[in-house]
Amino acid sequence: MEKFDVIVVGAGAAGNAATYTLAKAGLNVLQIERGETSGTKNVQGAILYADALERIIPDFRDDAPLERHIVEQRIWIMEDKSHVGTHYRSDSFNEERPNRYTILRAQFDKWFSGKVRESGALVINETTVLELLKNDAGRIVGVRTDRVGGDIYADAVILADGVNSLLARKAGLREEIEARNVALAVKEVHFLPQDVLESRFNIQEEEGVVIEIAGTITRGMAGTAFLYTNRESVAIGIGCMLEDFKGSGVSPYTLLEDLKNHPSIKSLIAGGEVKEYAAHLIPEGGYKALPKLAGDGWLMVGDSAGFVNAVHREGSNLAMTSGRLAAETLIALKTAGKPATAANLQAYVEALNDSFVMKDLRKYQHVPALLEEKQFLTTYPTLLNRAAETMLRVDGVDKKTKQRSALGAFVQDRSLFGLMKDTYKLWRAFR
Amino acid sequence: MSKVEEKLFQNRYRVDEGRPHIQIIDQEKCTECGTQDCTYLCPAACYAKAEDGRHVVLTTDGCLECGTCRVICSEFRNVAWEYPRGGYGILFKFG
Repeated sequence: MEKFDVIVVGAGAAGNAATYTLAKAGLNVLQIERGETSGTKNVQGAILYADALERIIPDFRDDAPLERHIVEQRIWIMEDKSHVGTHYRSDSFNEERPNRYTILRAQFDKWFSGKVRESGALVINETTVLELLKNDAGRIVGVRTDRVGGDIYADAVILADGVNSLLARKAGLREEIEARNVALAVKEVHFLPQDVLESRFNIQEEEGVVIEIAGTITRGMAGTAFLYTNRESVAIGIGCMLEDFKGSGVSPYTLLEDLKNHPSIKSLIAGGEVKEYAAHLIPEGGYKALPKLAGDGWLMVGDSAGFVNAVHREGSNLAMTSGRLAAETLIALKTAGKPATAANLQAYVEALNDSFVMKDLRKYQHVPALLEEKQFLTTYPTLLNRAAETMLRVDGVDKKTKQRSALGAFVQDRSLFGLMKDTYKLWRAFR
Repeated sequence: MSKVEEKLFQNRYRVDEGRPHIQIIDQEKCTECGTQDCTYLCPAACYAKAEDGRHVVLTTDGCLECGTCRVICSEFRNVAWEYPRGGYGILFKFG
């Protein structure tokens, strides 16, 4: 039986980055994907971060299916009938090599998979990997698939099988993921005529807008919502930590309907035709929830490993970067004639430590705990929105009195000491 | 049609007839579960309270393969969860 240098399980952002990098370097690599074509099982908002992909495919802009480059970011803190927000929009984002794009993952991944095949990797679709194969010493030596005679062997296996990380768990390489470390997100894609979309969002052809939303829309659960503009559609979604969903009696699709009916959103998507509904878990546990990342014969990348920066809503760039670093580690070992032992694969963990992946995860390691404190999710959004309304409504009350009432509401709801504590917690989580 | 069914109607699936990829391991255990969170948290509403009000009925045809049911059933570990056979299940057009 043929033995590969590397088997990559999964054809998402991390798996494709890893496979492409390995094959480009001349390694004999097999990628196994359960979807009919690569991309049909993958779900993301979705924002593509150019930098991470440029380091793998520098000229990706020539033929990748990109929707819009982002020229404006809105952040909204919602209350039931209102939102307070910030916008940042700049013409400097209209550059030759834009930094962020909206994409449709199924289409983008199909393109990425084409590049992977061109690079010389063998890609097998419609095949589910059932479990990892171990030798007597406990080293991972291959995979068992659902095809007849489906055992395949390799010097190393890259686990890019996504957030559920089934293979690592079945092999005893990690524990089951916990509800407090994953968010459940649901989203829909609404199609609108291109000219309608562009006028509603005040954008030119190819320009895009991102709206990230927090506030009472998540009913006190730690979570966020989003609206992204594609070429002829908008992606709209909402997600909350699964631990908060538990026992809530609230269905994720109910939150999505609430979001779509919010007065700040409703007119933006009016008349749209829904063409898909998707759900996905997002590993948002951060640094403290990371499993072991490599061992004898195996490496974990992307969502499988939990590489998501929940604060900045980044994941696909961490996935691509970890996939590339895993591949580079294996290429270096192959070149040096060294085996993929746990000790030698520490180089992958060190490369991650030196990259933005671990630096950012470490920076925000206290944020998940912060979000367990509900005042940040409902009390402050409500207070902010009420304060804005108080200050903006002209009704014969003098401004000093208005200011006192707005500030007084903060003290009343959180107390001076509470406000100070919250300020400290925010500083500690985000410094 | 419920709201969720309308949503799922937009999606493309290749259903593996007679081979559900998710199963409730022990039906009786569900009767001990006070919250039965799966009956409202599954984003595809695959889980429903049975007519007897005690058991839970699972129909995986609309499954979005997210993993929620398995993760939330942490007290009883009563969900046997696998991915569908290669090529089957949800086929995202946009993702």
